[in-house]
Amino acid sequence: MSMKTMSMTILTVDDSRTMRDMLNLALSEAGYQVVQATDGAHGLEVLRAEKPDIVITDINMPRLDGFGFIEAVRQDPVFRRIPILVLTTESAPDKKERARQAGATGWIVKPFNAEKLVSVVRRVAA
Amino acid sequence: MDPMETIRQTFFQECEEQLNETETGLLALEIGEADSETVNAVFRAVHSIKGGAGAFKYERLVRFAHVFETALDGLRNGALEASPAVMKTMLRSADLLADLVREARGDATVEDERLETLRGALAGLAEAPSEPATQEADAFAFQPLTLCLDDLGPPAPGWRIFFRPTADLYRRGNEPARILRELAELGDLDVACDASALPLLDAFDPGGAYLAWTIDLTTSAPRERVEEAFDFVVDDCDLRIAPLAAAPESETPESETPEAETQNADPFAFTPLSIDLPAIDAPPAPEASARAPARKPEISRTEAPVSQTIRVDLERVDRLANLVGELVINQAMLSQSIVEAGLPRASKAFDDLSALEQLTREIQDGIMAIRAQPVKPLFQRMTRIVREVADATGKMVRLKTEGEATEVDRTVFEKLADPLTHLVRNAVDHGLETPGDRAAAGKPEHGEVRLSAAHRSGRIVIDVSDDGKGIDRARVKAKAIEQDLIAPDAQLSNAEIDNLLFLPGFSTAAAVSDISGRGVGMDVVKSSIQSLGGRISVSSRPGLGATFSLSLPLTLAVLDGMVVKVADQTLVTPLTTIVETLRPKAKDVHRLGVDQRVLADRGAFVPLIDIGREMGFRFTPADPQSGVVIIVEGDGGARCALMVDSILDQRQVVIKSLETNYQQVQGVAAATILGDGRVALILDVDRFVAGAAACSQPPLAAVS
Amino acid sequence: MPITDASAGASREFIVLRLDAMDFAIDIMAVREIRGWTPATALPHAPSFVRGVINLRGAVLPIIDLAERLGFAPIELTARRVVIVVQIGGRLVGLLVDAVSDILSQPLETIQPIPDVASEAVKLYVQGVFAFDDRMIGLIRLDHLAPPALGEAA
Repeated sequence: MSMKTMSMTILTVDDSRTMRDMLNLALSEAGYQVVQATDGAHGLEVLRAEKPDIVITDINMPRLDGFGFIEAVRQDPVFRRIPILVLTTESAPDKKERARQAGATGWIVKPFNAEKLVSVVRRVAA
Repeated sequence: MDPMETIRQTFFQECEEQLNETETGLLALEIGEADSETVNAVFRAVHSIKGGAGAFKYERLVRFAHVFETALDGLRNGALEASPAVMKTMLRSADLLADLVREARGDATVEDERLETLRGALAGLAEAPSEPATQEADAFAFQPLTLCLDDLGPPAPGWRIFFRPTADLYRRGNEPARILRELAELGDLDVACDASALPLLDAFDPGGAYLAWTIDLTTSAPRERVEEAFDFVVDDCDLRIAPLAAAPESETPESETPEAETQNADPFAFTPLSIDLPAIDAPPAPEASARAPARKPEISRTEAPVSQTIRVDLERVDRLANLVGELVINQAMLSQSIVEAGLPRASKAFDDLSALEQLTREIQDGIMAIRAQPVKPLFQRMTRIVREVADATGKMVRLKTEGEATEVDRTVFEKLADPLTHLVRNAVDHGLETPGDRAAAGKPEHGEVRLSAAHRSGRIVIDVSDDGKGIDRARVKAKAIEQDLIAPDAQLSNAEIDNLLFLPGFSTAAAVSDISGRGVGMDVVKSSIQSLGGRISVSSRPGLGATFSLSLPLTLAVLDGMVVKVADQTLVTPLTTIVETLRPKAKDVHRLGVDQRVLADRGAFVPLIDIGREMGFRFTPADPQSGVVIIVEGDGGARCALMVDSILDQRQVVIKSLETNYQQVQGVAAATILGDGRVALILDVDRFVAGAAACSQPPLAAVS
Repeated sequence: MPITDASAGASREFIVLRLDAMDFAIDIMAVREIRGWTPATALPHAPSFVRGVINLRGAVLPIIDLAERLGFAPIELTARRVVIVVQIGGRLVGLLVDAVSDILSQPLETIQPIPDVASEAVKLYVQGVFAFDDRMIGLIRLDHLAPPALGEAA
């Protein structure tokens, strides 16, 4: 398990530097490789270049928001089954449902702690 | 530093950016210059602040950001109209949000009353928003579900789970195998897979779902923990969980069968399949084939496509800047040593020295470029000042800014905030008229305050202007006479009257309002600008408005100066103030009054200043013909001629504050350290120009 | 300097210097360094006890003639004169003295109030006296030595 975790790469897509840094810190400490993108459009670029194993994305972002990003990822045959977790402050069901409709695998409710984050990531990690 | 502490710093930096974004966006919305993206950007900014604040448990900030965000969402989805009243509340909320961020940082306290008032106002706009913070904070704190909660009933030996995914489960990137793996962490699994629904190969849809599982999980874990494993898929599957019967070997899953049967056409095709659990860890085939083994390392792992910048601790830059300052001084010392060693001018040492000087200057420029920052954030801060003063005075004001990208050294930037705030306050409070007065004067009700910045010949020039009533010269003069600042019969030009505003103790406000009249007058603005090596001037047109102009050095770190000798003292004159140097002829020097002399220079008479006497270095008057005269220009273009004994050098000098360990000294702008290691004073040219102007018109100042 | 409320038995080290045949002491906690005299750059419009400014490793250090400040005759400038660099509030100030004569440790409770016969200047700049080897030593009150800054003038 630990060997696998070491080689696993996670793409985090968030326009907030604070949030990217927090994700990076928690995930790196858990042994994951982290690649980052600042919005959905950038996320698609990094996704194709880096071919991560898991994607974590925010919803509210400039240029291309989380819903659009997830839809675009799912349309790419290469990433049709990649686990995508959405970050949401709203535990509001409509946001979650929209993300699910777009193709999100699961969600992480902000604010999260490192333990919770890693356990959710592990749930969807291959 | 603790990594979380670093992130906290990042959070506050980011907050500043997002607060700016919020304010800029709201202002655009207010004047109807916003597009659909503007309100989105504002929403996102507030949302981001809320997200980060939640992570650091800034509860008050989170709660307010949530209400604010909800109201903004109303604007975004059209439920709320950007009416003037709504925008006023929004802008006030942005101000409060900024203060709450400061509070979180420990730099301020926000009164509960203000918070509650605005919260109420926002909630009124956006019909009862839900309370977010408590629940989310709990989710953040810990996971109660993972803890062992004892079931109320007799503990079951485990759970029987029936699980039939729909196609959507796969479409969303979920995998039954991963769920089984998670369940396996809770206890022993006995898994039966029903593959009966699998179609023949030609009918097989790779996106379809054909399998179902019956899982016997022997565990002490509560039902909630088991359900948690299905958290993400509960809407994409048929799921039933029942306590495991005391005899887990039971072959027939009674509770599940009725419905299962309706779906499984042939219950006898139910094929128990033993699954080798370790194999579940293997990645599912479609993804595995998709994953390219080689990553492209040349692609940046950070955010390269967005911006090519690095963030550097300011302290490091300042330290570097100080070191470069020392380098400049040391290089001056070295060059002095080389001169004193008597080496010939053509020697290699001199060549090397000039190469070193060139390098030093380039490093200097490089550091200054790093420390340079645009005035935009400073100007943005003024929008709030304008708003607050407008609110307090009942005036309607628009702030226009120009040249926000103009860069200035950080050291200057920081010291500009106070004087600029004062000038902007004044412009609204004293400069602009009330909407009624404006209408009566045939002007638009909205007054305008204009802030502009530009680079002009090595200095930054900032103008604060308003289209108000202009300076009431009759009143200014009357006030100055009343306050004994000028003689009652003084004959003053318009410009001279305007400049009375800068006299210490002068105040025009008939009733000192609590906005501009905080015991700080224009004289304080002027002296703080002067302490920056800057100048301030004012121009006014009655009925049309007034403009205050600041001219400042781009940096407080170095200046180009002319090193001169006066009465055995070495002094530095800033090069930017020097118009020309000359040896005066006897016929050009004229006496004026008892003690004053002027120099005829190209048709104009320029006051001659005896620097040595003015500064108390000697008591006997200097002979103008025995030395050199430097014509300098000060505020508003007035000139005077400084008499010095000789000119020694022209060089870049590092500016050292006299105030750090001593105090401001009249006639001295700052100090520097020369090549011999001694301190030399830098002349405050404006002081002499202003002094000369005052002296040349004896009736002006009652107390000279 | 909370000398008065220090607990009994606590001692402090002092630098002792002579001015006009009298002994004075400066709390060593305030002393940053002691250096030789180098010619200072004169400051215009300064009180006469301010002898100018010197370069202290890149910082501009004002020099106060301690003798003149305490009301004695100004110190005669020679290369043997000494500058005691002290920190007063956030500022560094150089005190020009004839020479430093001693460093001694003194229990704080032995410090007594200034006798009433002292002049106003002495009362202003001396916060107490103590006896040492039959000598009376005046403890200098540093925070009043520097001229008030422009903005702080009462």
